[in-house]
Amino acid sequence: MARIEAEVGKPQGGFMKWIDDRFPFTSTMKYHATEYYASKNFNFWYVFGVLAMVVLVIQLVTGVFLTMNYKPAAAEAFASVEYIMRDVEWGWLIRYMHSTGASFFFIVVYLHMFRAMLYGSYKKPRELIWIIGMLIFFVLMAEGFAGYLLPWGQMSYWGAQVIISLFGAIPGIGEGLVEIIRGDYSISDITLNRFFALHVIVLPLSLIGLIFVHIVALHEVGSNNPDGVEIKQNKGADGVPLDGVAFHPYHTSKDLVAIIVFLMLFSAVVFFAPDMGGYFLEHANFEPANLTATPEHIAPVWYFTPFYAILRAVPDKLWGFILFGTAVLLPVFLPWLDRARVKSIRYRGWIYKSALSIFVVTFLSLGWLGTQPAEPIYVLAARIFSVLYFAFFLLMPYYTTVDKTKPVPERVVYHG
Amino acid sequence: MSEEDVDRIDRNRRHFLTVATAVTGAVGAGMVAVPFLSSLKPSARAQALGAPVEVPIGSMQPGEMVRVLWRGKLVFVLRRTEEMLASLGKDLDQLRDPNSDVIEQQPDYSRNEYRSVKREYLVVEGSCTHLGCAPLEDFAVRPNERWGGGFFCPCHGSKFDLAGRVFKGVPAPTNLRVPPHRFVRDDLILLGQDTGAA
Repeated sequence: MARIEAEVGKPQGGFMKWIDDRFPFTSTMKYHATEYYASKNFNFWYVFGVLAMVVLVIQLVTGVFLTMNYKPAAAEAFASVEYIMRDVEWGWLIRYMHSTGASFFFIVVYLHMFRAMLYGSYKKPRELIWIIGMLIFFVLMAEGFAGYLLPWGQMSYWGAQVIISLFGAIPGIGEGLVEIIRGDYSISDITLNRFFALHVIVLPLSLIGLIFVHIVALHEVGSNNPDGVEIKQNKGADGVPLDGVAFHPYHTSKDLVAIIVFLMLFSAVVFFAPDMGGYFLEHANFEPANLTATPEHIAPVWYFTPFYAILRAVPDKLWGFILFGTAVLLPVFLPWLDRARVKSIRYRGWIYKSALSIFVVTFLSLGWLGTQPAEPIYVLAARIFSVLYFAFFLLMPYYTTVDKTKPVPERVVYHG
Repeated sequence: MSEEDVDRIDRNRRHFLTVATAVTGAVGAGMVAVPFLSSLKPSARAQALGAPVEVPIGSMQPGEMVRVLWRGKLVFVLRRTEEMLASLGKDLDQLRDPNSDVIEQQPDYSRNEYRSVKREYLVVEGSCTHLGCAPLEDFAVRPNERWGGGFFCPCHGSKFDLAGRVFKGVPAPTNLRVPPHRFVRDDLILLGQDTGAA
C-alpha cells in the first residue's frame, strides 16, 4: 500500500482510492493533463491538435449513426444515402456533419502540420511524433478516399476508378495489384463492400491507435513552442518547467474557446453551405454511378488536389505515379532534410522564411490547379509549382545550412 | 491597487464562470443529442410501410381465421361461431382479466364482453403478452379439460380464450392486444387506423 501511495502522491480515501489501487487513474490524469506542463507562450497555431480530436469524435459519432442506415451494396448504396437525407429523421444533418467533418479534418490537419513547419516541431527530439503524425495523415487520406466511394455517385465511381488505376502504373505487378484492390475486373459491388469494411473498421481503428501513440510520444518528449525552446531545460525547485503551465486547466480553458469558434464555423458550413460550392461535396456526386459515362470534368475532393495536380503535370503514367507518391511521402523526411540549428521560424533567416512562404503559395496553387480542367495553361502552371514543391524539400539540406539564424533565447519570450 | 489585490483569486467569479460554462455546455450537448436520438426512431419509410392495411372479410365463414401482417406484426382475424360466442360468458373466474380492465390492451370500442367491434369478428394481435411468440389456434372444445377453445402459446404454455383473454396460472400477464381497427364496410376491416375516412 505504501508503495502505491508513493507513486500516486497523497493518500486519498473512498472510491478514488479503491480505483487507484487497481487502475492508474489519478496518476494517468496527472501525467497527461494536470501535471503535463506545456509552454505558456502557446499561440493560435497550437489549437489544431485539440481540434483534430474534436473532428475525430464528430466523425466517429456521425459515422456510427450513418452506418445504421447506409447499405454497402452497389444496387442500394446511392438510394440508401438518399433515404438518409429524406426519410431518416435528422438524417440530413448527420450526413452533412460527416461530409463537412471530412473536409474540416483535412483543414485542421493541414494547419496542424503547417504549425510544425513554422516552429520546427518535427526536429529532434520530436522526429517520431512527426513520423507517427505523417502515418495518421496517410491513414486519413485512405479513410477519406474509401469514404468517398460509399455514396456510389458519379464522382465516387470515377474518382475511385482514376485513383485505383494509378497503382496499375507499377511495372510488373501493377495490373494484378489493381485487381486485388478492386476484388473484381472493374470497380463493382465487391469493391464497394470492401471499401466499406476499410472505411468503418480497419482505417478508423488504425487512426485511433496511431493518435494514441502520437500523444504518448508527445507527452514523453513534451510539446514544442513558438520559440522552439526546450522548456524542460529550465526547471524550478519543484521540478516544474519555469515556462510551463499545466495542460489542465490552463491550456484546456484556452482550447475550449478554440473549440467553440471552430464549432461555429463548422455549423455555418453544415447549415448554410454543406456542399461548399462543389468543393466539399462535388455536384457530379448527386447522380448515381454510371459505368458507361465519365462526368465531363473530373477532379478529386479538394484535400487531394495538390497531389493530384502533380500527378497530372507529368506526361507519363509511371513517372506521374512516382512523383505523386514521392510528393506525398517527402514530408516524412523533414526532420532530416532540415539542417537548421534552430527550430522556430522566429530565429531563422530570410532564406527559410522565403522558402516556407513560397511553399505555402505552391501548395495552395497546386490545390487550386488540381480542381481545374486539364487545359495547357493550367498544366504548365502545375509543372512550375510541382518543381517548386520538390525544390522546397530536396534543396532544404542546402538552404537551411547556409541560412543565417538568430540566437535562440534561454527562456520563452512574448511578442506583443 | 496593491500587488496583493492584483494576484488575489476572485473565487466567486471563477466559480460563476465554471458553472456557467458547464451548464451552457450541458445544454448544448443535450440539444445535439436530440437529432441523434431522433434518428433512431422509425423513419418516414418505416412509417409509410407501417401504414394501415385492408383486410377483406366478405368471404370468411363462421369459425374461419385469417392471419394478416400489420407493421410486421401478426394479427388474427377470427369470425366466431354462435357456439364460440356463447362459450365466452362461462368460467369467467378462470380468467385473469375477464372485463378488459387493463386498458392498454384494447381500444375503448373493444372493451366489451366479446372484446370486439362486431360481436362475431375478433381482431387481436397474434403476439403472446408473455414474450411475444405467436400463439397457436386450438379451437377444439374439450369439456373434460375444461377447455372451451382458444389460443395456446407453444413457447411457455400461456393460454387465451376465444376473445384473447388470458387464463390464470400461465406466464402471460395480460390479454392479447387488440390493434386499432375499424370496419370501413361490412366486408372490409381497416387495420391500424380507427378514425378518419378510408
